[in-house]
Formats: sequence, C-alpha cells, structure tokens
Amino acid sequence: MKSLSVYIHIPFCAKKCNYCDFLSAPATAEKRKQYLSALKSEMQAEAKRYEDFCVKSVFFGGGTPSILEAQAITELLEVLKTAYHMDTQAEITLEMNPATATKEKMESWKKAGVNRLSIGLQSAHDEELKMLGRIHCYADFLESYQNAREVGFTNVNIDLMSGLPGQDMKKWEDTLQKVLALKPEHISAYSLIIEEGTEICQNIERYPALPSEEEDRKMYQRTKEILKENGYTRYEISNYAKEGYECKHNCVYWQRGNYVGFGLGAASMVENVRWTNTCDFDSYLAKCKQPSDFQKEKQVLTQRDCMEEFMFLGLRMIQGVKKADFERFFSKTMEEVYGKVLAKWEAQHMLYQDESHVWLSEQGIDVSNVIFSDFLA
Amino acid sequence: MAKIDQSKIRNFCIVAHIDHGKSTLADRIIEKTGLLTSREMQDQILDNMDLERERGITIKAQTVRTVYKAQDGEEYIFNLIDTPGHVDFNYEVSRALAACDGAILVVDAAQGIEAQTLANVYLALDHDLDVFPVINKIDLPSARPDWVKNEIEDVIGIEAQDAPLISAKNGVGIEDVLEAVVHKIPAPTGNPENPLQALIFDSLYDPYKGVIIFCRIVEGKVSKGTKIKMMATGASEEVVEVGYFGAGQFIPCEELSAGMVGYITASIKNVKGTEVGDTVTDANRPCAEPLPGYKKVQSMVFCGLYPADGAKYPDLRDALEKLQLNDASLFFEPETSIALGFGFRCGFLGLLHLEIIQERLEREYNLDLVTTAPGVVYKVHKTDGTVIELTNPSNLPDPSEIDYMEEPIVTAEIMVTTEFIGSIMELCQERRGRYLGMEYVEETRALLKYELPLNEIIYDFFDALKSRSRGYASFDYDIKGYEQSELVKLDILINREEVDALSFIVHKDSAYERGRRMCEKLKDEIPRHLFEIPIQAAVGGKIIARETVKAMRKDVLAKCYGGDISRKKKLLEKQKEGKKRMRQVGNVEIPQKAFMSVLKLDDGK
Repeated sequence: MKSLSVYIHIPFCAKKCNYCDFLSAPATAEKRKQYLSALKSEMQAEAKRYEDFCVKSVFFGGGTPSILEAQAITELLEVLKTAYHMDTQAEITLEMNPATATKEKMESWKKAGVNRLSIGLQSAHDEELKMLGRIHCYADFLESYQNAREVGFTNVNIDLMSGLPGQDMKKWEDTLQKVLALKPEHISAYSLIIEEGTEICQNIERYPALPSEEEDRKMYQRTKEILKENGYTRYEISNYAKEGYECKHNCVYWQRGNYVGFGLGAASMVENVRWTNTCDFDSYLAKCKQPSDFQKEKQVLTQRDCMEEFMFLGLRMIQGVKKADFERFFSKTMEEVYGKVLAKWEAQHMLYQDESHVWLSEQGIDVSNVIFSDFLA
Repeated sequence: MAKIDQSKIRNFCIVAHIDHGKSTLADRIIEKTGLLTSREMQDQILDNMDLERERGITIKAQTVRTVYKAQDGEEYIFNLIDTPGHVDFNYEVSRALAACDGAILVVDAAQGIEAQTLANVYLALDHDLDVFPVINKIDLPSARPDWVKNEIEDVIGIEAQDAPLISAKNGVGIEDVLEAVVHKIPAPTGNPENPLQALIFDSLYDPYKGVIIFCRIVEGKVSKGTKIKMMATGASEEVVEVGYFGAGQFIPCEELSAGMVGYITASIKNVKGTEVGDTVTDANRPCAEPLPGYKKVQSMVFCGLYPADGAKYPDLRDALEKLQLNDASLFFEPETSIALGFGFRCGFLGLLHLEIIQERLEREYNLDLVTTAPGVVYKVHKTDGTVIELTNPSNLPDPSEIDYMEEPIVTAEIMVTTEFIGSIMELCQERRGRYLGMEYVEETRALLKYELPLNEIIYDFFDALKSRSRGYASFDYDIKGYEQSELVKLDILINREEVDALSFIVHKDSAYERGRRMCEKLKDEIPRHLFEIPIQAAVGGKIIARETVKAMRKDVLAKCYGGDISRKKKLLEKQKEGKKRMRQVGNVEIPQKAFMSVLKLDDGK
C-alpha cells in the first residue's frame, strides 16, 4: 500500500498574532461547528480516492487546533479511522496554544490517538510574548507543558522564534536555556520573517529595532551550538530533535511523499499532482460534499517540476539529497541535470557533495533561497 | 478639374510656443472651413500619432488643404502646413516654413511671449514670411490681451493692434483669423511653365504607396508619369500619383503646379532617398539649380539600444528598420557590449527624438529595451593627424594616441522672469555655460544668452531649468559648432571589472562629481550578492570614487508551513525571474534598471 500523510487545517484562533500571515482568524462557536461538519464531509467524500493508501501521519495545524472543543479532535480522527486505512503506529500531531489547552482537552486528545504535541511558545519572556501579540504568558506555557507530561505525552515539540524586535543574544539564550531545562523531544527554532500584510509589517516603526542581519545570524549559529551541546540534532533548516524524534510528517513535505490537506486553504500533493483548497470560507462550506469543486490551482507536475522540487525541498534537510534517489526517480543522474549548478555553488563553498549525497554548507543554508532558485528552469 | 487660380491659394503655418494653442487653432480652422463636419472631428486632427497626442506636441509635420468661402464671396484654398514644436526638429521646422508664404503667430493672452515664440517667429521672418499675430486664450481670467499686443510690438516689432482676439478652445474669433489669412498672407508666385522645382518638406512611408513626398511646388508643374529626380540624393523615379491633403487622407488630383502644396508618390521604397530640404525636379527638363537651404540631417545625440532579452535582437533590428522607413533622421548601426550583448548604436536629432523612438519601440513593437547613457558626437584629433567622430565612449582611443578632443557647443536662449535669473545663471554656470549677454524683454522678464556644451544639456537640462524656475523658464538652442575641450572617459568598475555600457565622456572638472554620484546610484541599484562588491569610478585607470555593496548574509525561508510548496516555489520563481532580467558582468548580476538609472543623476539636487 502507498503511504499518505494527512494535514487537517483549523483556521481559527483566539486572536491573530502580530507576525502571523497564515490563513486563520477568530470565529464564533457557530462558525466553528459548521466548519467541523464540513471538514468531516470533505474527509468522507475524499475517502474513496485513497483506498490504496495507508495513513502514516496526521497533523492538526492552524490557526490554533487546541481552540476546538475536545470532542472535535476525537470526531475527526474517528472519520480517519473508519474511512481510511490508518497505520497503528501513525504519528498524530496536534498544534496547541498554551492558553487554550486544558488538561481535560489533553486527556481527550490522548485518548483519541494524538501522540505528539507541538506547543507554540515562541519566547520565554513575557514582554516579548506581549509584543508578538501572543495570548499567553510564560507561566501559562509551563502549566500546559506540565499537564502534557502528566497526561502522558512523550513526544513534545516547542516552537521558538529568534530575531525578534529588540531581542539580543542574551535574551534569546535565556529562552533556549529555559526550554532546554524542560527536555522536550523536539524544538523548532525559526528566525522571524516579517511578512507583508502582518501587523508587525504595517507598524514596524512602533516596534523596537530588529536585530541586524549579523546579530540575527549569530543567534542562529548559537542556537545550533547550544542545541547540539544538549543532544539535539539539526535535521532541517529550522528543526532540531533528539534521536528518533524527528517529525515524520514534516519530512514527508521535504522528501516529496504523498500528502493530502483537508480544510480551508489546505495544500496537497498526491502522486505528483498538487492542488490547494479554496480559501473562501463560505464556498468551502457550500461545496464540502463535492471537494473537487473547491480544489484549486491543480498542477500536474512535469518531470522537470519534480526534479526541481526534489532539489530545493530535499536540500532543506541537513543530510541533503541522495544522488541514488534522484537517479531512481528520474532515470537521469543528478550530474547530468544539475552538474553546472552544483559546481557553481560548490566553488563558492555553498554546498558540498560526495559519492552519494549533496548537502548545503552552513553558509549555504543561510542564503538557501538564492541557491534554490538556481535549480528552477 | 478647373485650373486653380494662384491668387486664391494661401500657404501658411502657425507658429507658437508649446501649449499656446497651435494645434487647437488648426483644428478650428479645419472645422470652420467646412472640410469636415464637427462629428468627424477628432480632437486635434493634425496630431495623428498617439504619442503626439499624449505628449501634446507635434512630432511629424502634417499638412491639410481646406477650402474657405471668404466674405468677399470668393473661395480660397488654404494649405495649412503644420510644424513640429520642438528644438530637436528645428531643421524640419525651417523646411516647413520655407514651403509657406506666411505665418500666423499664436501668443497666449496670459503668458505672452516665450523663448520658443521668439525662436519660431524669428525663424519665420528669416524665411521672409508675412507674419500676423493672433492672441489666444482670451477666455482665461488671467488674460491681458492689450499687454500682450504691446509686448509683441515691442519685442518682435510686428503690428499687433488689430490682432484677432480668440479662444481657439471655445471657437471664438476664428472667422477673424480666416479673413486675416486671406488679406494678410500673400498668394504664392511662380511660373507653371518653368522647369519643375519643388521643395520636399516632409515624407512618409506608406506600405501600399511607398514613400509619399510632401512638397511645395515653387516653379513648374508635376503630374502622373513625370520622371522626377531628387537633386541632392540623385534618386530618380516616375511619378505614380500626385494630390493634396485632406484631413487625414490623401486626395489624388491631376496635376500640381507652381504655388501649390501637395504630395507625390513614385514607388520609392525608403525615405532615405527623399530627404527633407531636397529639391524635386523634372529629370528630363531639370531646373538650373536646387532651392537653397538643403542640409544633410545630422544626428546630434547617440546612445546604445539593447534588447532586454538578448533573443529579441532580430526583432529590434526589424523595428528600427521599419521606423527608419519613416524617419530619415534616425541612424543606427550594430554594436556589441560586453555587459549588454548585441544591440545598436543609434543617432537622434536630440533627446526628445531619442525618447520618442524608444517609446515607439517599446509600445508599438513590444520591445523591452536597455538604453545606455546618451552622448554627443566628439571629434577626437589623434596624434597621427586623423580625426575620429566618436559616438560610443568605449571606442575612445588610448590617451597616448589623442592629441586633443572637441565637443559640440550650442547657443542657447533662455527666457526667464527676473526673480529666477540668479538660479538659472547658476545652473548654466554648473553646466559649463559661457555667458553671452542678457536682454530685458520687459521689466519682469529677461532673455539670457549662453553658450553651452551640448553634452551638458542633453540629459536633464530642461528638467533642471523648469524646476529651478518653478516652470517659468523657456529654452531654445542652436548648434554653434565644435570647440576644443578637456574631456576624459569615465569608467565604472563593478567588482573590479570595467562595464563598457556605463562608460561615458565627461569634462575633466566634472569627472569626480559624476563618478561619485554614479557609484552612489549604482550602490542602490545593484542587489546584494553572496560576496562584497566594490563599485568604482575611474579616469584613465585611476580610481576617483568608490562605494561597496555589502555581502548578503541571510536569505532563507525559515518556515514552510503546512506543505504549501506552491507558494514557496512561486517565491523562488520570482527570485529567478528577477535574475533573468539582470545582466551578468563577471560574477555580478546587474539589473537592467541600473543602466538606466545613471542617466538621471541630478534628481536629488
């Protein structure tokens, strides 16, 4: 049976964070209820299409999935278990915000099959949390984390952000050390990107100064060192894990496995066809029984597209891409197709290669967009 | 067709400063003479190119024949010959004037006489035209017609007390203008029995008819079958058709004879053979000598034009060839640049002409262009006694082979209100101007006379003039000739490689300032690379200015959420697209914009 990963989008939050440009907004209980029902319809309607697939991972992302009533997650997983082939070992992750996750909800999730929690902390400093527009304080997080452990979650990720306005190395190291003391299995450490249209972007002058590019890079380097000292391996540009705790679901994206996204604006790629669900809430509700009507931007990937993706997604992984895989997928050697590009960047020490792999250097990771764009036709 | 009585023909033009209402008056004349109904009138009939309409100026002279039934009961034929309104096209203007017997001088009732009014009216008087003034825009609240009348009499010295007061826009007073044309402009002279002598004042390429020659028959006559000869170019063909100009159409007739204005077609394939100012004669019965005033048109301003996409080079060549069919003053020849690849060195009458060609290439031929800094033609006197006419700075010989260099100089007249005299004089000083004198036209306005190097006025002099006089100064110039000058080639090095397309010739005293500004400008235009990029300006191998584009340390998409790869890919594609529009020089990618941005170094001033 073919493998499938399932992403379920929950486009609701209590309040939009100042840096957030994801598809998410506060909504009434009534709207959430309608959405939940539509989600279930969509999943039911699409089930037949995935008869030959076995679900290896599930990811509840958002928004803030933890804002939903406990029962909602149980119901959604129930649909998957009955209408789809679920691997008993499947990794099932749920993203949560410390302010919206009660111990009761956690117990219910655990019972429903969730086995991995991803907690959005971002910073261990309350004034930074406030600046970012987060609705929780550090103490809320500590309580949530404690609860998660007590309920029995043994695979927990904590999301952190460096490069915040007004942040210096000391503050950032302090956040890292506090989190490390809790010994989570996985840490995602992102460097803040000011996205167009976000609150921060529009009112940047009201925020403390952003760290300079040099400082930002230093924080990034320091993160890697500190996490390494504490037994975490960096396996992707922004992701660190203790051995065996790499997020399976995320790796599917980088390694071009099949995944289907359910819900508003969710993206899918199944057997080299990509599409994205509508971002229009009403249209999603109206057509949930006929999902093909709201699947947009359908793109059948050509071999060229696939090769490009193989390179620019695969190179996000620290181990890089395997030359043998390239040849197996495309019946051409990587050298034949990308020899020139590889040589160009190798000469500038932006990437390295040996017999079997190609991977980015430290410096190459920092400017990976420049290198990745070179793999496009 | 009945023979046309020479005494009932009036050949005239309208002269005015830009925006004083020349085209609007022309429209009203055509309307009132009843050639077309109001419904058929397009706004501003004479300006039939889109570009002309948008810029509000007449680029190519157009001509129209109308019939006016005068108050004396007679029908008169009016040949209204339109003239271009910009100094770049002064020679065309002079030829169009030579085809006329008289001129209407339009002066704005609020603004009075401006630099171009003077330049054009003097040009008309030089051609022995009878000029009568009309005062336009009397509907404006700020109109002061009596004051303007006095000004015309004082400054130009022509009778103005009975000048028609009109509003061309509102159609007021047009009848008076038409009557004045009948009574104040003389009928043409010339004997139809003499050998043919016709002045070419314009020509146009038509894909069906070939070249259409616009001419004034001075002596003799021409009809279908006449074997004609262009006296300067030597081109010879048999006439296929003759006729006159309707508004926007050609109306064939049997014969054109002395005193008439009309067109000739003769299966000529290229306007190169029918130069403006040349004399058409009968090949079998030629006139003794050509009409005076013929000049070979010289390109004054040169620049490199390159297709943004190298693959479009043949398209650019085709487009230039097509434009040249209609524009004998456009010059081009292939050239190559290390930075920009294959392109053309093009010559123009002036900067406006350059801009018009550039816009037409982009608009009508859908080409994306990279333009190098426009320059003038320098005369390089080499130590071996030979002289090179230099149009591309990259071709400047080694300094050791140069004895001295010369640059073109213009005599400029600038009309300005007295409060701005100081700042305009300062501007002329900065541009290496030589003060010739100043005349007070009236108490509050003066005419400044300067000699200026052409290369100092081709980029942005006009803009600077306008901004330093709050739009009040007006400007006109004539080429005076060449003068020896201390010129140097300024080179730009990016990451230590010379970028040929950015080199230009500059006076040695301005080299440092120019170099510094160019480096600053380029620093803003060149994106950061993964390595540091020095930008240097050099004269003769010596670095005179430097800026640095710092290395990029970070360009990474930290988060890639929910498997939305398409969005990420679009981002990368955008990045890639941006790169494609860049030019590779060594290891550095230079945006095309950077090549153009250095053309306008003075905006910050």
